[in-house]
Amino acid sequence: MNLLLKKILLPLADFTLEVDIEVRDRITAIFGPSGAGKTSLLDLVAGLRRAQSAFIQLDDHVLTDTAKRRSVPTHQRGIGYVPQDLALFPHLSVRQNLLYGCKSGAPADPLFAFDRVVDVLEIQPLIARGVTALSGGEKQRVALARALLASPRLLLLDEPLASLDAPLKAKIIPYLTRIRDEFRIPMLCVTHDRLEALTLADNIVVLVNGKILQTGAVLNVFNRPANAEVAKLVGMETIQPGHVMDVNGGLATVKIGKATLTALAPSMKPQEVFACIRGEDVILQHDNASTTSSVRNRLFTRVVALRDEGALVRVELDAGFPLHAFITRPACAELALREGENITALIKAQAIHLVPR
Amino acid sequence: MTAEEWQIIWFTAWVSALSTLAILPFGLALAWALARRDWPGKSIVETLVSLPLVMPPVATGLILLKMFGRHGAIGGFLHDTLNFDVIFTWRAVLLALGVMSFPLLVRSARVAFEEVNPRLEQIARTLGASPWRVFFTITVPLAARGIIAGMILAFARALGEFGATIMIAGNIPGKTSTLSLTIFQDVQLGQDEHAFRLLGASVIFAFAAVWCSELLLRRKRKIL
Repeated sequence: MNLLLKKILLPLADFTLEVDIEVRDRITAIFGPSGAGKTSLLDLVAGLRRAQSAFIQLDDHVLTDTAKRRSVPTHQRGIGYVPQDLALFPHLSVRQNLLYGCKSGAPADPLFAFDRVVDVLEIQPLIARGVTALSGGEKQRVALARALLASPRLLLLDEPLASLDAPLKAKIIPYLTRIRDEFRIPMLCVTHDRLEALTLADNIVVLVNGKILQTGAVLNVFNRPANAEVAKLVGMETIQPGHVMDVNGGLATVKIGKATLTALAPSMKPQEVFACIRGEDVILQHDNASTTSSVRNRLFTRVVALRDEGALVRVELDAGFPLHAFITRPACAELALREGENITALIKAQAIHLVPR
Repeated sequence: MTAEEWQIIWFTAWVSALSTLAILPFGLALAWALARRDWPGKSIVETLVSLPLVMPPVATGLILLKMFGRHGAIGGFLHDTLNFDVIFTWRAVLLALGVMSFPLLVRSARVAFEEVNPRLEQIARTLGASPWRVFFTITVPLAARGIIAGMILAFARALGEFGATIMIAGNIPGKTSTLSLTIFQDVQLGQDEHAFRLLGASVIFAFAAVWCSELLLRRKRKIL
């Protein structure tokens, strides 16, 4: 997929949405706080909203070109859209909802055959029911299936997990990744949740107040925020791919780089994960013998760099993987940290967040 | 009941039903345009449509008489080019009933359309549905209760119409006489027994209409 969003200008209530990007990856997260213009951007791509200026092209189809007064109507765009409130048709049964977007006759693409979509999303038992009788997670799956059955060339997801509680989120995520893998359909996914972005997306676009602050591979953006604003949004200072080797008593043993850490096991027991550690959760101390403590992870590290960030110092460490710690300036002075020196880093198991990848 | 009375009841019923059906497409189109679109002159059209509700029906009738009479702008054209007369025929009854009940249909349908979540219509379009298909498969079914209520109001208004009808259709027995016109005339002529029989018919009529509508709405409520 190649989605061009060029010269986009859309005045909104508090700011103007200004976007000029090219989206290539299979799943791109549009990431930003609520009210950043994310949904408006999806509406533009779907043709539900007119921009002051816009050039939108999906592969070789020009969808919108305000300079030439061209705009393909929404129903001819072939773009699936699952909005945040799902918009299931309340007067139709689940089956009628699912069939609403099916082209008459056989679908052009056997990939999106009815039985296959229903199988992948496991909604067979729901089909005869009414829409209002479904639970939140069931509604989500039906809405996803309905969008897929229209054989879209691109899928737009608006906060697909925001309305679900944690256990339900854990249940829906595998369905989303399954859609990504089985239907090989490109998706634009709006989210304000960094863990969601990390789990689902290959690429990320950081959008704040209508402006794009950074784009790139998720890991790059999260590990190397372009500026303080992005850093504040993404929050986590360390995000590293890891491999769960063992789960025992609710604790997971994770191999990250050359190090092995103990973390709380996530609810869905994935093998491949991202380990996320906040800089303020990392404690530094000079190793004085074998003091026992409640801290599960004791890492012997080397200081790579020290960076002043206001009242705090960002300490970049080599712990067998790149690890960032945030400490106060007096603490830094007391520890007499210098580049190249060795220091012990302590991290509690519950401070390491494992996110499936 | 005499054959003449049956004829009056039958004529009133079908001309009221026909006028309700005749204004339905225009009423729905206008209600939708008022609910979903912004256009120049919208507030003026809105006011014009509601005028028959607040103006004396006789005044509305007079305006129609001037417009559709043989010397009126529309009536003259119809007479000269198509040799088609409206005034003092059953078509005038239809016109009067339609104009008088139109605002009731438009108001109900407009509120009903406004209550349909536009997101549902937008998502239907992303699923490949044309604007017409969205209108008939999403908008109208979801607004059905309000539309049906509007149709029943319009039908009821048509059944009882008097002022505008007498202005442009007169009260020609066997041609344009409706229940209300005949009851009025009978009382004027002191034929009370005749008037009471027609009164009974009106009561049964009104009762049946309201009762059917309640049934319909209740069933609809269960579905939604």
